[in-house]
Amino acid sequence: MFSYTLFIMLLPLLSFIVLGLAGMKMQHKVAGLIGTCSLGIVTILSYLTAFQYFGMDRVDGVYQTFVPYNFTWLPLGNLHFDLGILLDPISVMMLIVISTVSLMVHIYSFGYMHGEKGFQRYYAFLSLFTMSMLGLVLATNIFQMYMFWELVGVSSYLLIGFYYPLKPAIAASKKAFIVTRFADMFFLVGILTFGYFVDSFSFSFAGDIVMGQGTTPFIEGNIAKAVAAGGFIIPTALVLMFIGGAGKSAMFPLHIWLPDAMEGPTPVSALIHAATMVVAGVFQIARMFPLWIEYAPQAMSIVVWVGVFTAFYAAAVACAQSDIKRVLAFSTISQIAFMMVALGVSLPGHHGAVLDNHAQLGYMAGMFHLFTHAMFKACLFLGAGCIIHAVHSNEMALMGGLRKYMPITHITFLISCLAIAGIPFFSGFSSKDEIITACMEYSPVVGWIMTGIAAMTAFYMFRLYYGIFWGTENKEAHEHHTPHEAPLTMTIPLIVLCVITVGVGVYTTLGGFMEWGGSFGSYVSAAGTDYTIHFNTQIALTSTVIAILSICLATYIYKGESQPIADRLYKTFPKLHRAAYKRFYQDEIWQYVTHRIIFRCVSTPIAWFDRHVVDGTFNFLAWGANEAGESIRSWQSGDVRQYAVWFITGTVALTLILLCI
Amino acid sequence: MFIILAVFIIVSALMCVATTRIVRAATFMLFVLLGVAGIYFLLDYTFLGAAQIAVYAGGVTMVFVFAIQLVSKRALQGLEKRVKAGTMAVGALCALAGLAVVSLILLKAGFLTQEIANVEVPMKEIGTALVGSGKYQYVLPFEFISVFLLACIIGGLVVARKEEEA
Amino acid sequence: MIPVECYFALSAILFFIGVYGFTTRRNLIAMLISVELILNAVDINFAAINRLLYPNGNEGMFMTLFVIGVAAAESAVAISIIINVYRKFKSDSVDAIKNLKR
Repeated sequence: MFSYTLFIMLLPLLSFIVLGLAGMKMQHKVAGLIGTCSLGIVTILSYLTAFQYFGMDRVDGVYQTFVPYNFTWLPLGNLHFDLGILLDPISVMMLIVISTVSLMVHIYSFGYMHGEKGFQRYYAFLSLFTMSMLGLVLATNIFQMYMFWELVGVSSYLLIGFYYPLKPAIAASKKAFIVTRFADMFFLVGILTFGYFVDSFSFSFAGDIVMGQGTTPFIEGNIAKAVAAGGFIIPTALVLMFIGGAGKSAMFPLHIWLPDAMEGPTPVSALIHAATMVVAGVFQIARMFPLWIEYAPQAMSIVVWVGVFTAFYAAAVACAQSDIKRVLAFSTISQIAFMMVALGVSLPGHHGAVLDNHAQLGYMAGMFHLFTHAMFKACLFLGAGCIIHAVHSNEMALMGGLRKYMPITHITFLISCLAIAGIPFFSGFSSKDEIITACMEYSPVVGWIMTGIAAMTAFYMFRLYYGIFWGTENKEAHEHHTPHEAPLTMTIPLIVLCVITVGVGVYTTLGGFMEWGGSFGSYVSAAGTDYTIHFNTQIALTSTVIAILSICLATYIYKGESQPIADRLYKTFPKLHRAAYKRFYQDEIWQYVTHRIIFRCVSTPIAWFDRHVVDGTFNFLAWGANEAGESIRSWQSGDVRQYAVWFITGTVALTLILLCI
Repeated sequence: MFIILAVFIIVSALMCVATTRIVRAATFMLFVLLGVAGIYFLLDYTFLGAAQIAVYAGGVTMVFVFAIQLVSKRALQGLEKRVKAGTMAVGALCALAGLAVVSLILLKAGFLTQEIANVEVPMKEIGTALVGSGKYQYVLPFEFISVFLLACIIGGLVVARKEEEA
Repeated sequence: MIPVECYFALSAILFFIGVYGFTTRRNLIAMLISVELILNAVDINFAAINRLLYPNGNEGMFMTLFVIGVAAAESAVAISIIINVYRKFKSDSVDAIKNLKR
C-alpha cells in the first residue's frame, strides 16, 4: 500500500549519484534544480505518506506499523541484517520534518551558494545527506539504522569540510567525524551486545506498541533469554547505544564538535546541525523507548542528568559567545538536551495497559519539541545565513542596527526567537511547556532547573537578537558595503518556516487552552493512543512569566546604543566571562586527555609493539629466508669438481638407502 | 700373473692422480692402459687387448700429449700449485665412501663362476658378428658408432677452429 | 682360475681412484685423464663378467669394444673444448671456467 515510499529513499540517492558523477559538467543552475526537484518530489511523497498514514483508522486505538519493504541483506546464522522501510508514527513525523527542512535548505542554497565553486558537489552531498537521514528514520532494523547513522556522519564530514581549502574547515570536519565515530563505537558495541543476547536486530513489526504487554523492538528475538542471562545486560546495551546517540546529538562531553561544525556553509548548519542529524540520538531513544521503559528504567536517570547538565552548560556558554553561529550552535545543544530530558523523565508507570500520564507526556513532548525546534532553529540559522551574507562576517561586533536594512530577516528572526523563548502562540511554547510539565512530575528539582535554563535560553537569544538588529551600527563596515536584504530564494524559506512555527504555535496554544482534540499528541505518543494535551495552567503561566522577564532583562541590557551594564558585568567577572567564552575549556580538556593520556600511554606503546614486534617478526622471517638463501648459494659455485663430489655422494647415499630398504 | 698386473695398474693409477706434473700423469695413464690391455689378454680377449693398445694406448695418449703441449705450458714447467688439503680430504672421503659401498655390494652378492674353456674368441666370429644383422649381431651399434665418430670429429673441428678475423 | 671377485675389486679400486682424481685435480687435462681411468675400470668389469660369468655370449666384449671407441671420440671432443677454453680464458685451470658469481 505504501509502495511509493521506496521512492522517498531512492530519489535522493539517484540525485546524489547523478550530481556526484556528472555534476561538474553541468551548469550550477541545472545541478541545483535537479537536487531541489528530486527533493520536492520527496517532500510531496512524504506528505502523502503522512496523510495516508495518519488518515487511516487506528486498530485498538493505536496506529498500525507498516513495513512496505523489508529484505534480508546479510543472513548470519541466527541474526540477519535487513534493509527496509518501517512506517510508524515517529518515523512518519520525522519524514515530514526532514523533507520540509531539507527542501527549504535546497531552495535557500540557490541564493546562498550562488557563485560558489563546487556548487554541484554541494547539492550532491545534500542529496546524500537527505537520503541517509531518511534511511535512518525509516530503518527496519538497528543495523540499518547504524549503517545510515554512519552515512549521515560521512555526509556531515563532507559538508562541514566543504570549504576544504580552508584549514579550520578541514580541522572541524575531522573533529566532527572523529568524535561521532568514537561515540559510534559504543553504539556498535551496544548493538552487538543486543544481537548476541537477543538474537535479533529487527524492530518489532507486530503492529501494536502497547507497552507493558511485551511487544517491544527486537520482537523477533528472545528478550526473555537476555533478561534471564542477567538483569544488567539490556540496560548496559541500551546505555552503550545512548552514548552513541549522545555523540551524534552533541551531549556533554561529546559536544565539542558541534560548535566547530559551524565552519561549514550556513544552510548545512541549518539542515544538519540544527534540524536533522543532531536529533538522530533523540530519535534513537524514541525508537528504543519501549525497551527503556520495560527493562532499563533506572538507566533513564543517566539520560536525564546528562541532558540537564548539557542544557545548563550550553546555555551558560551561549551567553558569552560573540559569533552568531556559535550562539546558535550552543542553543541547539541546549535544546536537544531538553528533548533528551523529556524522553528521560518518562518513568514507567503502568496502570494496566495504559501508561501513566507523565510517561506519555515526556515522550510526546520530546518528539513535539523535536518537530518545532527543527522548524524554528532552521529558520534562525537560515536567517543568520542571510545576515552573514549581508555583512560578510560571523562576528556580532560587526553587526548592529541591521533592522533597517533587512526587514524580512528581522521579522522572521524575531518570530523564531520568540518561539525558542517559549512565548504563547508560538510553537516553542507548547513543546517547551510540556517538557517542563513532565519534568515537574518527575521531580521538582529537575523541573525548576529546566525552567531556569529556559529563562537563560530566552536571555541569550534575545541578547543575540538585539546585538544583530539593534544597538550601534558599525558605520565603517557599512560604508564599504551597505547590507542589503537577501534575495527571494533566501527569504522565502524563512517565511515558510515562520509560517509553520506560528501556525503550529497558534493551533496548539489555543487547542491546549480550549481543549481541542487532534493536536500533536493525537499522532505521536508513547503508547500510540490518542493523547490530548492538557495544559497545566500553573506551569504554563510560570514559564511564560519567566520567559518574559528574561526578555525584558535582555532588552534592558542589550537594546540600547551602548551597553553599560554588560560592560560592567564584564569588568566584574572577567575570568568567568573568559571561561564561558572559551566554552569552559572543554576543548582543552579533550586535547589534554587525548594527547597526554591516550597518545602517550596507550598509542605509543601499541605503535612500538606494532613496529618492533609485529613488523619485527616478519622482518626476522625475511632475514632468515635471506640468510638461508645466502648459505645455500655456495652450492652453485660453477666448480665442476664440487658438482662431481655431490654427484658421487648422492649416488652413494641413494645406493645405501636402496640397500637398506 | 694377475696379481702383478693388478698391482701395476693400481700403482700407476695412484701415481697418475697424485702427481703434480701433467706429463707424468699422462705417462702413468699410458701404463694403466697397457696394464688393462694385459688384463684383457689374461682373459683371452686378444682382439680386445689389441684394440685397446691400438686405440687407447696409441691414439688417445698421443692426443692427450699434444693437448698438454698446446694448453698447459705452465704445468709442463712444473709450476703448478699444490692441491689444497681440504679438496684432497673431500675427494678422498668421497672415493673411499663410494669404494666401501661398491665393495659391499659386489662382495655380498654371490656370483657363481662357471668353468670355461681357455679358448679365445675366433676372429672370424667377431667379424661376422660385428656386421651381421641377425640375432645377437652387432651391425646396429656398429653403424651407430660410425655416425657417432663422424659427429665427434666434426664437432671437435668446429669447436676448436680458430675464430675468423672480424 | 682367478675368481671373479678379484676382477671386481680391481675394477672398483681403479674406478674410485679415477673419481678421486676427478674431484681433486685442478688441471682440466688431468681431470680428463681421470675420466679415462674410470672408463677403463668399467671396461675391465664388462670383460671379466662376460668371460667368467656368461661365457656363452659375446656381449661384454662388444660392449667393451664400443666403449673404447666412444671414449676415444669423446676425449677428442673434450680436448677441443679445452683448447677453446684455453683460448678464451687463457688458463687451463678448472677455476677459470667458473663464471657464476661467488
